[in-house]
Amino acid sequence: MKAYFSVFKLRLIYGLQYRAAALAGVATQFFWGIMHIMIYEAFYANAASAPPMSLKQVIIYIWLQQSFLVFVALWIRDNEIINLITSGNIAYELCRPCSIYGFWFAKLIAQRLSGAMLRCLPLLIAAFLIPEPYKMALPGSLAAFLLFTVSLFLGLMVLVSISMLIYISMFITILPVGSMVVFSSIGELFSGMIIPIPFMPSWLQKIAYFLPFRLAVDMPFRIYTGHIPVSQALQGVLIQLIWLGVLILTGYASMKKVQKRVIVQGG
Amino acid sequence: MKLYFKYMSILLKSQMQYRASFWLLSIGQFFVPFSVFAGLYFLFERFGSIRGWSFFEVALCFGVINMAFSITECFVRGFDIFSNLVVSGDFDRVLLRPRSTFIQVLGSQFEFTRLGRLLQGVIVLVWAAVNLSIRWTVFKIITLILMIISGIFIFTGIFVLAATLCFWTIQGIEVANIFTYGGKEISQYPLNIYKKWITRFFTFIIPFGCVNYLPLMYLLDRTQYNYHFYMLTPLIGILFIIPCLGVWEMGVKHYRSTGS
Amino acid sequence: MPQIEVSGIYKTFKVARRSSGLRQAVKSLFYREYDTVEALKDVSFTVDTGEIVGYIGPNGAGKSTTIKIISGILVPDRGKCTILGRVPWKERISHVRNIGVVFGQRTQLWWDVPVIDSYELLRDIYKIPRREYMNNLDLLVDTLDLKGIINTPVRQLSLGQRMRCELGASLLHSPGILFLDEPTIGLDAESKIAVRQFIKTINREKNVTVILTTHDMSDIEALANRILLIGNGRIVYDGNLNDLKGRFSTHKTIIINFREYNSPIDDKTLGIPGVSIVSCSQEKLTLRVDGNGILLTDIISRLSNIVDIVDISVESQPIDELIVKLYREYVI
Repeated sequence: MKAYFSVFKLRLIYGLQYRAAALAGVATQFFWGIMHIMIYEAFYANAASAPPMSLKQVIIYIWLQQSFLVFVALWIRDNEIINLITSGNIAYELCRPCSIYGFWFAKLIAQRLSGAMLRCLPLLIAAFLIPEPYKMALPGSLAAFLLFTVSLFLGLMVLVSISMLIYISMFITILPVGSMVVFSSIGELFSGMIIPIPFMPSWLQKIAYFLPFRLAVDMPFRIYTGHIPVSQALQGVLIQLIWLGVLILTGYASMKKVQKRVIVQGG
Repeated sequence: MKLYFKYMSILLKSQMQYRASFWLLSIGQFFVPFSVFAGLYFLFERFGSIRGWSFFEVALCFGVINMAFSITECFVRGFDIFSNLVVSGDFDRVLLRPRSTFIQVLGSQFEFTRLGRLLQGVIVLVWAAVNLSIRWTVFKIITLILMIISGIFIFTGIFVLAATLCFWTIQGIEVANIFTYGGKEISQYPLNIYKKWITRFFTFIIPFGCVNYLPLMYLLDRTQYNYHFYMLTPLIGILFIIPCLGVWEMGVKHYRSTGS
Repeated sequence: MPQIEVSGIYKTFKVARRSSGLRQAVKSLFYREYDTVEALKDVSFTVDTGEIVGYIGPNGAGKSTTIKIISGILVPDRGKCTILGRVPWKERISHVRNIGVVFGQRTQLWWDVPVIDSYELLRDIYKIPRREYMNNLDLLVDTLDLKGIINTPVRQLSLGQRMRCELGASLLHSPGILFLDEPTIGLDAESKIAVRQFIKTINREKNVTVILTTHDMSDIEALANRILLIGNGRIVYDGNLNDLKGRFSTHKTIIINFREYNSPIDDKTLGIPGVSIVSCSQEKLTLRVDGNGILLTDIISRLSNIVDIVDISVESQPIDELIVKLYREYVI
């Protein structure tokens, strides 16, 4: 556990050193948020039928998405791990006195946590300070806020366990970056990164609700906005836990299998 | 110019050394903007139109901008990832060769896999063009081509500006994304859907208006008068590259006095 | 007229101060301190056509800054510099056409393609006429023994092979001046010798001026008739390597083997001032001779009165030690 903590601290110090990078990132994401809000604003201006979410809810959704981008983006890749796998240097990693699955999992979580910590606070403050209608709003209730926090972290873990599966699959077939690019862009659509899931046609919504991607993005954010009521949110957290269990167990088991193969084949 | 093609052929040769991953990445690139486009489609399905623009009108815009952007990413990649050249110190090597820094940086990298994205832009553009009730004339086709070319020049200009920033700060470079990727994102929609200040900024400072909103008005026969002006606005966009090159030269000068 | 003339060059840099620890890192979010580093202070020297000059000094002394200025990459704060009649930073393009530069740590070749493709591209970059290119290529392939490797991609070459190709690449356009920055770094003994041999050949046959920076003093001994020593941004020594040895080698070591001799020899039995005994056994004596005024014959004749000498070897101080002493002397 201590090792994981120091990985986290190191990352944070590393990130803080690059103040200009952090500032630039905040500025970029702020602009991104404003831009997307304007697009929705324009759509809402003469909407033919009643949209599935209020404009305010969409605005909150967008600000959360920008603030926690590092938390929820599927495309963030850890090149160190990829290099370990593709170069065959994984043997060194096997020498460490802890399980690779646990270690990588912690590392990936630490990376996203430290990345988000630096950026989300300034961005949220900025979003709360700007004038209406772009202003960020508080959650509907304390319960909603608490559930949002819980589901955001569980969502992060779901996301990391999915990316663990991607890394593990790279052992078996050296899947090049190309297929990962496709995978993450499809995953992004189904997670609600591109548009919130209620805006999708109903047939696509069914698929999206079936897949785990939306547990990391669409669900926590809509819990915050109150679009998903507290009672449903509790159910959602339960679903997250189930998915998380399944994903981690699958990942852990396949990692074991793969490790055996690596040892037999000698990398 | 001949040198540029030489650079291109040597880098193509390099990338072809890893043939399988090259093709897979190209195919991957073809699918990437797909989900973004799907999102756009669903929003139109839900809302019908955006400030009076129909889906296919916006799709035309989307196609033009994505084509221009992917071509720029492919052929101006050297400026896009210029920070690497500065960090590794290889920019010194550029200064040691008897050619202009511009052509050498341009030739330092190509990303041919982006042509996969180009293909998607083409498909969207053709789909939109067929479904719109435009009476296509020679002038309109020329204007359409000019829009793409002008877009390439504008994106190139922005990439050059972003690269110039590297001479002062490597870390702050992410802010340039507002203008590169942000510029692409924003100009996928006709600019008049945004607030006035955004529209003005991206028309008068960075002339994206010259490749989407203004010439689009001409293509869709929405101009009552002065349609020659609207037709020729893409040419103004091309001029954007000139001040960018000036700024680049200033950056090189700064680098040579600080050597950072 | 000298080929390279540098006089009164000054250069300062601003460097951000960076500190460790989480608290310091947070602090640096808000303000940052800068240090000014005077990289070069009043640097002057001249080099004639066909010279080989070793440019040495500890890390951070200003070597690479100097090289960057005279190769036209950097503009100095003040001072004058003319190379082949040109000011490097003012006429960059025509200046760099006449120089070749090799950085031992970096490559100028394209990584994934055969060496010959890189050469072809360099031909276009430097606009080398076809005939000149072919002649140079033939010569370089011969002298650098590139025949077997010129069609191999650079990433598959060993360091030694790559360095040979780098040297070739920097001479394709027949430059008059060659800057070599640590050309033997990381090479094995055989490759080192090959590189040195080549530098000598090209210097002799094409009269190419060579400026060489290195930390390997045996490079300097093998190649340079003259050294420039820089420390703290100033040229502190400019002269012949042998003069330097004469000035700074304070002592020699003499080892004498002789037939077994049982009574011990001490400083008193020897009785020559300035000569002291380092160690002594029944068959071997190690002496330290300080200063240059003592004649070896005195020592030998004195000793031959006592023992039967079998073998004598004289070792002067290693050049590395000399340089360390030199650095200390000038407090760099």
